[in-house]
Amino acid sequence: MSTMLRINRDKCGYCGTCVAVCPEDALELIDAYLSLERECIACGICARACPLGALEVVHEE
Amino acid sequence: MKNNYDILVIGGGPAGALAAKTAAKAGNSVCLIEKRPAIGTPVRCAEGIGKELLKEYIKPDPRWISADIESARIIAPNGTAIRLDQDRAGSEVGYVLDRKVFDRELVWQAAEAGADVIVKTRATAPIMENGAVRGAKVLSAGTPADIRAEVVIAADGTEAQFARRAGLDTTVPLREMMSCAQYLMTDIDIDAGSTDFYLGNEIAPEGYLWVFPKGDRTANVGIGITGRKSRDGSRAKDYLDRFVAKSFPDGKTIEAIAGGVPVCRPLACTVGDGLLVAGDAARVVDPITGGGIGNAMYTGRLAGEVASKCIEAGNCSKEALMPYDTEWRASRMGMTIERNYKVKEYFITLDDTKLNTLADSIASISFSEFSVAALIRELIKRNPKMLLELKALKDTLA
Ligand SMILES: Cc1cc2nc3c(=O)[nH]c(=O)nc-3n(C[C@H](O)[C@H](O)[C@H](O)COP(=O)(O)OP(=O)(O)OC[C@H]3O[C@@H](n4cnc5c(N)ncnc54)[C@H](O)[C@@H]3O)c2cc1C
Repeated sequence: MSTMLRINRDKCGYCGTCVAVCPEDALELIDAYLSLERECIACGICARACPLGALEVVHEE
Repeated sequence: MKNNYDILVIGGGPAGALAAKTAAKAGNSVCLIEKRPAIGTPVRCAEGIGKELLKEYIKPDPRWISADIESARIIAPNGTAIRLDQDRAGSEVGYVLDRKVFDRELVWQAAEAGADVIVKTRATAPIMENGAVRGAKVLSAGTPADIRAEVVIAADGTEAQFARRAGLDTTVPLREMMSCAQYLMTDIDIDAGSTDFYLGNEIAPEGYLWVFPKGDRTANVGIGITGRKSRDGSRAKDYLDRFVAKSFPDGKTIEAIAGGVPVCRPLACTVGDGLLVAGDAARVVDPITGGGIGNAMYTGRLAGEVASKCIEAGNCSKEALMPYDTEWRASRMGMTIERNYKVKEYFITLDDTKLNTLADSIASISFSEFSVAALIRELIKRNPKMLLELKALKDTLA
């Protein structure tokens, strides 16, 4: 089983709140596009902080 | 694109604009890069600022002032309102800006002072040599380039990735990140001269909800809650939607934004070899109000001044740049942040019953001063029975 971060682009407000709380510097906001640029540890901190609920840590079999 | 400057400024917000303007005026070659395609949009702000504070940096201009504010109300969970009026206070309250225009004006002034401005250009990493910042690797509309500089001023806002990649820890703890959502609403019944702050754990846990007028029947209606209170079904947007459904059911939303406000302590150190960090990137937002426009302009200007002096003296080491860090910490801004951080840490422990008691105790007062300190002094005076509990608060005034 693996865990990963899923970005719901229709919900995302590209505000960068997630970027500032990411302990791994894994997220990057490229204009109106939130990108997972580096290794994500699926800690879920960004998903908690998101004002809009656009981020989710999902578990895949 | 030129690729060598005295000073490179990263970010075109108020901090970056003031830094670039100040440094260019001092005679330096300056480049300001902004990753967005347009300065000032999208707005991530409720746009409130004190009049006195604003005037220290720029002459007020109706082109970028949306509303003139004469009073403020703090509304407790039980509806008790603490009122601060300009007439009674004898001091000016504030403005609600139009930051789309305001931010452009500031960058315009930087350009006019001689700074180069390049949009759609993102710093991806610092250029590091022997532990010192010597410029930035950038992507300019997709094309990679190196821009070298004697000093880089990182004014890249909440994200603060430049300083982080240069080795400073800029990560904001979840509990100290205000998770915010805001609607610009129109056709709503409001007092166009009053900024309203709603408190309470049902309304905005560990934060507040604001209604900042943008003119008649129009306002920024927004909310900030701490990251640790934010969960599915109870996120900033959920709280905001509930308030709006109740208070402004017929209002129309013409803009919806989200944003994060760091209310942690400022960075432990805001300088490095060849590096200065200003504005939100340095975490110099007021922890109680979440206001950061004025502090961004202050630190941006100071960064521009100190960088200019160091370039003239031919020494841009961390040690040479340190007066920047020392000066803002000792400034009124630095002291206010330190005090208000402690005040915030106290206030987030209060449940609604206590908030109501405290609000009731000072609701009838005519405040002669519009400040956190004045509110605290009255709270302490009016609640002798809570002396023990209020000790932490009292200590913040010492
Ligand atoms: C919802 C909300 C409400 C607020 N309300 C108020 C208020 O009422 N009053 C108040 O005083 N403050 C308020 N604030 C805070 C205020 O908006 C900030 O403190 C202020 O904008 C900080 O200015 P700055 O120049 O430091 O950063 P910003 O204004 O954020 O500017 C930083 C700029 O850097 C750019 N950038 C980022 N990374 C890079 C990169 N790698 N390369 C190039 N460019 C980059 C960004 O695109 C951005 O334009 C609010 C904030 C939020 C989120």
